[in-house]
Amino acid sequence: MPSDKQKITVAVLLLVSFLSYSFYIYTSLPVKESPVSNKASEGKQLWQQYNCNACHQVYGLGGYLGPDLTNVYSKRGANYISSFLKSGTAIMPNFHLSDSEIESLTAYLQNIDSSGKADPRTFKIHFDGTIEQ
Amino acid sequence: MEPLNNKQLTTSKLFLVAGLLLLAVGILFGLIGALQYIMPGLFKKYLSFERIRPLHVSSVVFWIIFGAMGGVLTYLQEHTGKKIYSAVLLKIQFIIFCLSILAILVSYSIGIFGGREYWEFHPLLALPIAIGWVLFLVNFIKSMGSFRKQPVYVWMWLTGVIFFLFTFAESYLWVFPYFRNNVVNDMTIQWKSYGSMVGSWNMLIYGCSIFLMDKISKTKTYGHSTIAFVLYFTGLFNLMFNWGHHIYTLPTHAYVKHISYAVSMTELFILGRIIYLWRASLSTAKKHFYSFSYRFLAAADVWIFLTLLLAICMSIPAINVYTHGTHITVAHTMGATIGINSFLLLAFGFDILHDTCRTFEPYKKMFTTGYWLTNISLFTFWISLIGAGVMKAHWQMSISQVPFSSMMEQLKPFFIGFFISGCFLVTGFLMIIYPLLKNQLACYFNPKPGQIYPAYHSSNRLSVK
Repeated sequence: MPSDKQKITVAVLLLVSFLSYSFYIYTSLPVKESPVSNKASEGKQLWQQYNCNACHQVYGLGGYLGPDLTNVYSKRGANYISSFLKSGTAIMPNFHLSDSEIESLTAYLQNIDSSGKADPRTFKIHFDGTIEQ
Repeated sequence: MEPLNNKQLTTSKLFLVAGLLLLAVGILFGLIGALQYIMPGLFKKYLSFERIRPLHVSSVVFWIIFGAMGGVLTYLQEHTGKKIYSAVLLKIQFIIFCLSILAILVSYSIGIFGGREYWEFHPLLALPIAIGWVLFLVNFIKSMGSFRKQPVYVWMWLTGVIFFLFTFAESYLWVFPYFRNNVVNDMTIQWKSYGSMVGSWNMLIYGCSIFLMDKISKTKTYGHSTIAFVLYFTGLFNLMFNWGHHIYTLPTHAYVKHISYAVSMTELFILGRIIYLWRASLSTAKKHFYSFSYRFLAAADVWIFLTLLLAICMSIPAINVYTHGTHITVAHTMGATIGINSFLLLAFGFDILHDTCRTFEPYKKMFTTGYWLTNISLFTFWISLIGAGVMKAHWQMSISQVPFSSMMEQLKPFFIGFFISGCFLVTGFLMIIYPLLKNQLACYFNPKPGQIYPAYHSSNRLSVK
C-alpha cells in the first residue's frame, strides 16, 4: 500500500500541472484577435436565449434534430437563413423574431462561419491517428 | 443530529429519494423527446424540442448529482462511524438544491434558458447550486476530520467534491466577454469544464461503488490497495487532461488535442484490467448475485467495459472525425449515464433505502423483471443509437450528400428502434423506482411501529435468495 506521503506527492504534482495547464489556456486562448461586431455579439446572446443548441450543432457539438450550422452562412447565404428564422419550419417553431433579431442571428452565424470549417470531409487523417484541419 | 443509516428517512436518504423522483420525471421527458424524432413537430407549440431537451438533461443530471450526494453522505457516516458534522447545514443544502432545481425546470417550461450545450440553465440559477455545493464541501471535510491513512474512496469523494465546484464555476466563465467573444475560445473553455465535470461526479459515484463492494464482500482490503490508487490516479489524470477529445474538430490549439489523445490512451490500462479480471468478476458475480445491490454493480461492470471501449475508440482523432456529431456520441453518453451512473446509483439505492418499516417481499419479482428489462432494453437502445450514428457518419462523409431532412428520414427505423426500446427502458426503471419510493414515503407518512424489519442481512434484505 502506498504511503500518505507518496499519494500526496502524486496528487500535488497532478494538481499543480492541472492548474498551470488551465491558467495557460485561460491566458493564451486559441484566437487572439477576435473583433466581433455588436450585431454578432447580440446574435450570440439570442442564440443562447432561444436555446438553438438544443437542436443545432456548431462544430459537431449540439443537438441532433436540426443540421450543423457552422458553415451554413457560406453554403446557403444570408437570405436562406433569414427565411428560416422568419417563419420556422415544420419542425422548428416560429420564434416570432423581429427583423433586428434576425439580422443579429445571421451576423452571429456569419461570425461562426468565418472561424473555420466543420465539414469532416475536409479533414486530413494521418497514420498516427491524428487529424489536420 | 443526522442519524446513521437506519429506518428513518434521513436527509442523506432524502437526496436519493428526490434523485429517484427526478429520474422518473427525466426519463419521461426523454421519451417525449425521442417521440419528437419520429413525429417531428410534435408539441411544437408548447413543448418543443428546445424545451424538452434541457428538461430531460437537467432532470437526469440532477438525479446523478442527488444520487451521488446521497451515496457519499450516507457512506461517509458509515465509514467514520459518526454522524454528519451538521444536520442543519445538510438540510439547508437539500432545500437550496430542491428549490433551485424546481426553479430551473420551471424556467425551461417558460422558455428561459442558459443556452449552452448540453447542461445549461440561467447563470442566476447557478449561484444557489454553487452555494449548496459549498455547504456539501464544508460538511464533508468537517465530518471526515482527519484525512490520514484513508482508503481510496475517501480520496475519490474529496476529489469529486472539489473538482465539481471548480469545473462548475469554470463552465460559467462565458459570462465574461473575454471568454465568450470568439466562438472557438468559448467552446474550448466550455468543453474543458464539461469534460472534467463529468469526471468529478464519476469520482463521487465510483468512490461509493468501491465502498459498497468492500461492504458486500465484508473486506476492507481493496480500498487501501496499491492497484486501487493506481486506478484512481489514472482516472484523475484523465479527468484533468483528456477533455480535449470533445473538440478534436474545433480549430483550437493543436496541443490540446494531442495531450487529450495521449492521455485518453492511458484508459487502455483500465480496459486491459477489466478484461484480465473478467473470469474472477464472473465468479464473484455468481456468489453475490442474490443481492439486488450487487446485481446493479455487476450490470454496471458490463457497461463500463462497453462504454470504455467506445470511449477509447472515439478518443482516437482519426475515428472521432467519423463519429463526432453523430448518434454514436449519444450512445456513449447513454451508456455512461444509464448503464454506469444510474445502475451504480441504483445499487446504492437498494443498499441504503432497503431499510424501511415495510417489507419489500411482494416486490422481489417486480425488481427482477425491472432489472432484466432495463438491461436488455438499454442494450437495444444503445445498438439503435450506434446504428443511427453509423448511418449519419456515412452521410457526413459522402461526396454527394442528400439533404439533411432526407438523411433524417432514412434514420427513422433507428429512431423507432430507440423509441420502442426507450419505452421498455422507462417501464423497467419505473418497476424498480416505484417500490423503492413507495416504501420510503409510506413509512415516512404512515409508520407502522409493530412492523420492524431488521437491517442488513435480514429477512428484509433486498435479495432473491
